[in-house]
Amino acid sequence: MLNAAPPATGRFDMSDPIVKIRGLKKNFGALQVLKGIDMDIEPGHIVALIGASGSGKSTLLRTVNQLEDVTDGEIWFDGDLVNKKLPHRAREKHLNLLRQNIGMVFQHFNLFPHLTAMENVTLAPIMLGRMNKAKAIEHAQQLLDKVGLDDRAEYYPSQLSGGQKQRVAIARSLAMKPKLMLFDEVTSALDPELVGEVNRVMKQLAKEHMTMVIVTHDLRFAEDVSDHVVFMADGYVVEAGPPEQLFRNPQKPKTKSFLHQVFDE
Amino acid sequence: MGLDFTIIPSYLDILITGTYWTVALSTLSIFFSLVGGVFFAVVQLNRHAIVRWPFSGIAWLFMGTPLLLQLFLIYFGLVQIGIDLNAFTAGVIALSLHFAVYNADIIKSAIVAVDKGQYEASRSVGLSQLQAMRKVIVPQAIANVTPALGNMMIALLKESSLVSVIGVMELTLSSQRAISDSFRPFEFYIAAAAIYYILNLGLEYGVRNAERRSARYR
Ligand SMILES: Nc1ncnc2c1ncn2[C@@H]1O[C@H](COP(=O)(O)OP(=O)(O)OP(=O)(O)O)[C@@H](O)[C@H]1O
Ligand SMILES: [Mg+2]
Repeated sequence: MLNAAPPATGRFDMSDPIVKIRGLKKNFGALQVLKGIDMDIEPGHIVALIGASGSGKSTLLRTVNQLEDVTDGEIWFDGDLVNKKLPHRAREKHLNLLRQNIGMVFQHFNLFPHLTAMENVTLAPIMLGRMNKAKAIEHAQQLLDKVGLDDRAEYYPSQLSGGQKQRVAIARSLAMKPKLMLFDEVTSALDPELVGEVNRVMKQLAKEHMTMVIVTHDLRFAEDVSDHVVFMADGYVVEAGPPEQLFRNPQKPKTKSFLHQVFDE
Repeated sequence: MGLDFTIIPSYLDILITGTYWTVALSTLSIFFSLVGGVFFAVVQLNRHAIVRWPFSGIAWLFMGTPLLLQLFLIYFGLVQIGIDLNAFTAGVIALSLHFAVYNADIIKSAIVAVDKGQYEASRSVGLSQLQAMRKVIVPQAIANVTPALGNMMIALLKESSLVSVIGVMELTLSSQRAISDSFRPFEFYIAAAAIYYILNLGLEYGVRNAERRSARYR
């Protein structure tokens, strides 16, 4: 999964992972938040991204779908250089296409409050001409069904609980049939009793071999659901490996002290 | 000569004509002032100064000078450079632009106030900047400022009486016609005032309905 990062070749061949990150750096003004990240994500894998607050997890996730542009390095998605230099218009077009293939779920749901659950899910497929309206509604109905909310299609977000909102948000991001899903602490804003229903949906997706990157502070869930764990600190990937290794037998002192801190809480 | 409101029914047709033109003038101007307001608001938020600059000129002109003067400028002034508008069109243009500039200010702050996560969520599903604005940001922004925009509409309806000075047979001018014929200023001004008031009640009712509709999702 996470390899020793050969230097970027500028080429992509079919046996490659779905996401390849090479030498990724990100500055906010004078602050360097990502200091050279290398990472591979294989199709169908579940990657848990863990680390202390401020270590750069969200920033890394957001560079993948270019909600943040990058300062240096390369991100490859599905054979395409995500951060290629393009004139403004061509770049916008490139980004719109890219993002249709990458679903993202946010900590604070970011559902569209003026639209019903159904309309939240169908907005993009209809607007982007992916499906006609009838087909989009049918597909959205299936997705709402999948997240257990088939009976809430006509509800507005304000009429839903936090867990229900987040499940609608997951359905919304699945509506464009993405090849990769990014989850940024999607249960952190939820009351504890609502976490389970959202985690269950993610597990279901994992079973269906959706490729996912999950940023989480919930290490038990990370261990439970992931194929691969990446531990970040101060803008670097400190250690990565299968969950049983990273959680049971961490190699780096930083990883050990992080795990101690979290599990002692 | 005391007050005698029984005179009014014999001038009903002229008052109805006046009401008709006031409604037409206001409805069109409200529509264009809202569309223009959204347009100017979005333009004003453009990151390129060169795009914002022409709007700043228009805003300066229409906020910094009296509406009456703008009306004269558009109706009498533009003729000199070959743009000959009829009085009604000139009135619609002046009212629309004047109020669009104010609406733009209201809508612009409302757009800025929409949570950044809304824009990010829109872009993350693949919508373009413009689609995100049109389907997600602007509808929420407008819903959040419906009362303020409603006040502007009511102001517009009242200010539409100014258009009487360039000869549009709207409610104010038509009541003046009735007065010069009947020599009954008090009765007809009161009648006109009552009609403006009723129209405003209707407008307020519409605004409150729109508010209620958007309150559904709050
Ligand atoms: N838009 C921004 N402008 C300036 N600094 C930012 C911006 N976004 C993030 N940062 C900074 O970058 C660093 C990493 O932030 P990031 O949100 O990626 O951390 P995180 O690992 O997701 O933390 P958390 O667990 O709290 O979500 C922090 O110091 C943060 O203050
Ligand atoms: Mg974060």
